[in-house]
Amino acid sequence: MNNSTSSRPRSTVERVNANLTKRYAKERRFKRMGLGAIIISLMFLVLLFGSIISNGYGAFWQTYVQLEIHFEPEDLDPQGSRNPEVLSAADYGGLVKSTLRDMFPKVKKRKEKRKLYDLVSSGAAFQLREMVMSNPDLIGSTVQLWVPADDDVDMLIKGHIDRHKPESDRRVKDQQIAWVDALQREGKIEKRFNTTFFTAGDSREPELAGIHGALMGSVFTLLITLALSFPMGVAAAIYLEEFAPTNRFTDFIEVNINNLAAVPSIVFGLLGLAVFINFFGLPRSIPLVGGLVLTLMTLPTIIIASRAALKSVPPSIREAALGIGASRMQTVFHHVLPQALPGMLTGAIIGMAQALGETAPLLMIGMVAFIVDVPANMMDPATALPVQIYLWADSPERAFMERTSAAIMVLLAFLISMNMLAVLLRKKFEKR
Amino acid sequence: MQPNTQTVSSVTPLMVCTDIEPIAAHDNRKTVGEISVDNPRMSCRNVNVFYGEKQAINRVNLDIGRHEVIAMIGPSGCGKSTFLRCLNRMNDTIDSCRVTGEILLDNQNIYDKTLDVVPLRAQVGMVFQKPNPFPKSIYENVAYGPRIHGLSSSKSDLDIIVESSLHRAGLWNEVKDRLDQPGTGLSGGQQQRLCIARTIAVSPEVILMDEPCSALDPIATAKIEELIDELREEYTIAIVTHSMQQAARISQRTAYFHLGDLIEVGETNQIFTNPQHKLTEDYITGRFG
Repeated sequence: MNNSTSSRPRSTVERVNANLTKRYAKERRFKRMGLGAIIISLMFLVLLFGSIISNGYGAFWQTYVQLEIHFEPEDLDPQGSRNPEVLSAADYGGLVKSTLRDMFPKVKKRKEKRKLYDLVSSGAAFQLREMVMSNPDLIGSTVQLWVPADDDVDMLIKGHIDRHKPESDRRVKDQQIAWVDALQREGKIEKRFNTTFFTAGDSREPELAGIHGALMGSVFTLLITLALSFPMGVAAAIYLEEFAPTNRFTDFIEVNINNLAAVPSIVFGLLGLAVFINFFGLPRSIPLVGGLVLTLMTLPTIIIASRAALKSVPPSIREAALGIGASRMQTVFHHVLPQALPGMLTGAIIGMAQALGETAPLLMIGMVAFIVDVPANMMDPATALPVQIYLWADSPERAFMERTSAAIMVLLAFLISMNMLAVLLRKKFEKR
Repeated sequence: MQPNTQTVSSVTPLMVCTDIEPIAAHDNRKTVGEISVDNPRMSCRNVNVFYGEKQAINRVNLDIGRHEVIAMIGPSGCGKSTFLRCLNRMNDTIDSCRVTGEILLDNQNIYDKTLDVVPLRAQVGMVFQKPNPFPKSIYENVAYGPRIHGLSSSKSDLDIIVESSLHRAGLWNEVKDRLDQPGTGLSGGQQQRLCIARTIAVSPEVILMDEPCSALDPIATAKIEELIDELREEYTIAIVTHSMQQAARISQRTAYFHLGDLIEVGETNQIFTNPQHKLTEDYITGRFG
């Protein structure tokens, strides 16, 4: 009986049903695997962002020390001439030091005095000079002033320096800790929003270092890259896709473009060094050369993406336009290009994001230099954001560690805003 | 009755549709029926079309008269669409495609090296198999042709062209309140009529239609057929169709293509009631194709 039912030819429905559980199980397994992959990548993303933000958010606050500064006319401007040259050359460092000595009158030994002076950033003197230069009337008055603390004090306040370690292992000595605690009790030490980080260029002193220089360097570099690579890439793609005849020569060009997209970026850096700097004699370290090099690097990406976008435009649109007598040029510019533009923009943004994060070629053309001044145009020496991250990550000071993470956060914010802009533009073009 | 004694019955129908190789075997075949008409609009002589090495059209001679609808029928792959696309040089867009012979439009050879295809395509418009409106507004779809050819002197002029074209395409009443909406949002039949309106907006002399109803339902088809009949008053229409009923309904002359050859051409009535060639008869009676 059993035997006969199994050997009996089964109907189609029975055979389908027999397989059904297996098929659905397969589907469920695949779904779970996909979900697992997404969860794992999300976890890594959270880990990455978590560590960057937890390391870096501290850099947005900086410890300041309140000093009561008396601008002594005898020291700053003995003649009372208010001559800018005299005011500029005056000893503001001494002013800061004497103020500190007045605050802790018990400190007498030279060694101890030096430790005392180390509490305040060397930038304090520059801050005073700037104040006096812009307002000479200050001379003779006494001002309560917040000046940046030294990065070691900053680290101490933020809890990155372990007080229980033996004194010789610490950058901040016992005596300094005592002074800082005393200042804190008097309310003369305070953490404030670190505007310097967003307004200053690079510095050897972490408390004076800012991201603005690198940010502007990146902005100028990317503007040049975008201005050159997008029109060139789109034009090349349109020519190759819509006008060029298919022959060996265009095949050769296509193969080469695909190869160039995979060439390591440092090779483009060397090319830029040889061509733009050595041959054309452009200065080193300037965003113009950086932009040119990154243009070379981004072009293949944009051309490939733009060609794919053009290919994806249905041929019926071309036929429709040609069929009523549009010229090839009109067909492309009136009908094909508007359809392909969202895809081209996506390609351009991928290329630009790549360019924004690119470090290696910039090292070759000298954009890795230590540059304090914020670049004002594309001919000023500059670094770029990723290079700044690289430079800070390489610095020994503990305070640069959190600035590195903060710089990464700025880079990511830049990237996200760029991508948002691209999405908005794409939405706008797709609607039409 | 049959000038060619070669039998085709040995060829299986499937082979007939896909294989263009045996063309050489028909080399000395002559088209049955009267290919020429008095005072033709277009006149094709010895037209050959090659895709690379393959020959898709073999020495076709055919006249297209004024104010007539000529239907081209035949099994898939017989070259009727290819032939149609020769008439406004749409085949130029295919790199491997080569056309020889002579096609005259009002006694001017359109394959002349000095001839510009842009004005040619303004004179010989085309409606495609799949409705392909531009992804722009209904108004822009119709206005595009007149605008690029500079046929209107002012905005109001253009409005008149658009309105009359949509009227003649029988679409005006359906779209007059939403001219600024995208043409791609219309139904399939409306889209195809929009494409016809777009074509007649540049006032061509000849309209080529490549299976314009194959993607449409019977009601939309009926509307378009009615439209074609009306358009005949002003234009010459060459239409490729798979539907023999459609050919019989709308055309005055019918041409039957087979494997790149023009087998038979004649008055539509005569072709469908009394075909002269064995192949035509087989096709029309549904024996293959």
